[in-house]
Amino acid sequence: MTVFVPSDLDSGPGANPSPDVDEAPGTSLWKGAWHRLRRNPVAILGAVLVLAFVLVAILAPLLAPYAPAATQWADEVTPSGVPGPSDEHLLGLDRYGSDLFTQLIYGARQSLIVGVISTGIGLSAGAVLGVLAGGLGGKVDLVVMRLVDIMLSIPSLLLAVSVAAVLGQNRYAVMIAIGAAQVPIFARLLRGSMLSQARSDYVLAASALGLRRRTIVMGHVLPNSMGPTIVQATLNLATAIIEVAALSYLGLGESDPAVAEWGRMLVAAQDRFSGSPQLALWPGFAIAVTALGFTLLGEALREALDPKQRR
Amino acid sequence: MLRFALRRLALMVPVLVGLSILLFLWLRALPGDPARSLLGERATPQGIEQINELYGFDRPLYEQYFIFVGRLLQGDFGESIQTGQSVVASFFDRFPATIELALAALLFAVLLGVPLGYLAAKRQGGFVDTAVVTGSLLGIVTPVFFLAILLKLVFADWLDWFPTSLRADARMDATHITNFYILDGLITREWDAAWDAILHLALPALALGTIPLAIIVRITRASVSEVLHEDFVRTAESKGLQQTTISRRHVLRNALLPVVTTIGLQTGLLFSGAVLTETVFSFNGVGQFLFEAIGSLDYPVLQGYILFIALLYALINLTVDISYGVIDPRVRT
Repeated sequence: MTVFVPSDLDSGPGANPSPDVDEAPGTSLWKGAWHRLRRNPVAILGAVLVLAFVLVAILAPLLAPYAPAATQWADEVTPSGVPGPSDEHLLGLDRYGSDLFTQLIYGARQSLIVGVISTGIGLSAGAVLGVLAGGLGGKVDLVVMRLVDIMLSIPSLLLAVSVAAVLGQNRYAVMIAIGAAQVPIFARLLRGSMLSQARSDYVLAASALGLRRRTIVMGHVLPNSMGPTIVQATLNLATAIIEVAALSYLGLGESDPAVAEWGRMLVAAQDRFSGSPQLALWPGFAIAVTALGFTLLGEALREALDPKQRR
Repeated sequence: MLRFALRRLALMVPVLVGLSILLFLWLRALPGDPARSLLGERATPQGIEQINELYGFDRPLYEQYFIFVGRLLQGDFGESIQTGQSVVASFFDRFPATIELALAALLFAVLLGVPLGYLAAKRQGGFVDTAVVTGSLLGIVTPVFFLAILLKLVFADWLDWFPTSLRADARMDATHITNFYILDGLITREWDAAWDAILHLALPALALGTIPLAIIVRITRASVSEVLHEDFVRTAESKGLQQTTISRRHVLRNALLPVVTTIGLQTGLLFSGAVLTETVFSFNGVGQFLFEAIGSLDYPVLQGYILFIALLYALINLTVDISYGVIDPRVRT
């Protein structure tokens, strides 16, 4: 199957964004990246894990054998032990007498929603700051970057914990808290890649043609600077899912007991740990495998978008 | 070199001032009333008024801020509302625990990470390489607290090789001079106390060091493999230099630059991880105390601790920048 596409001769300067990609001249960066992604087993593994996670999250009501947080088996849980796997319960019960498998599946839903929205918050706020700094330069750049420096000088978990402490214990607070911690990362990244794009020949060409600065920044520099940002967003989804669990672990997460959440499942499992380690192992593995999926996909994307970085 | 260092130092000032303002406003936005949280159920209107007057909570915000900064400049960070202990004293009481933990974790990560990354880069695609790449990926995606819980379960609860929590055995009657327990044991020649402290430190340090280890391995591997393909390495080989000389003077020296930056960047991560690790192992460090301070809205403690940590973080990054100049004279400007 041919993926190389002949160049579109009618398009003006800037339409052909990647003069230094090692493909045939005229192949767009994204087409080339897609071509490389499909041949990369790491990307495929990552994509499969991510897809499985998203499907489980969306189809949770169809996949789960029982209703979420149904505790009708509570009397089967005794102080000495929690029932393990059986015919009715694939992974056994949790310490409150709910079906562990059901809770795990609904936990994916919570992780996906909080992870995507918080990364979205971090990405959009960071993008605004980054575009302001990278696009306007000068004093704006100086002020915005000092603000970013301040945000970066607080360890991210601490930032998230203080946001969660102000906004209270609910899922919106968690989303904003984790998103806020990502803002400086995106801002700095986008500014950096915009600055490096600003020195390229096509920007010179565009300004020589008399295009307005806003058109150059928004129409040419920004689209070409998005690659690293998209890679970072994929990687940050993994971090966000881990941090959701960490905040829950510290007692600052979702407080509604009817919502299944992997981090809280881990906390609840702690005092039953020696007798029933499976209560902690399953949610722990779920977090790690999901994070692995996003990390693999993100790194494969990075390689695909920047072939020079490949080993 | 000196001018470079001084300029970097001057750049820190606006950042710290901005941080102190933001932090001050931010903490005032926290819900709840510190006076009420201090007095608990016995709170009377008079009592609350008294506390507010005592700590200056009844004055205008800007006045509170200037009083706060004025005191800061004299090294007075106020007292904890909960315990009445001076913030500076309580910080330095607990700080050694966190430093000890972070240093042990970093030492573990660097001593294991740099050689492993180097070996992996030298024999790419080999067994060591595959194991290192897979292992480091697993290290990055495993949540710190999950790893801490796992280590505690396996090595403390089941195998009983290590203690489950705290910094020292309660029965251990050790003399503490510096509050670095291992160092104290060595200074006073109380070998059993030093050994006891090492045993208590082992699992938390292992849990905390895993993510930095994974990151350092990857950066070292990538950086070494890039340098190995440089022209100057080929030149060194073709003029017949010994392998060890090439490795030491040409490859490692050039490859370590990004590794040093990464180690500097790990401090923030180490601190975030320390809050979680200290909570799992009840390690009694700054992280655990800070977490408790958030729960009880202890403003002076929160302000002081976060400022201290930010200052420290900035200083470490400054050191990293300067050590850049030492490793690579080209960046000295």
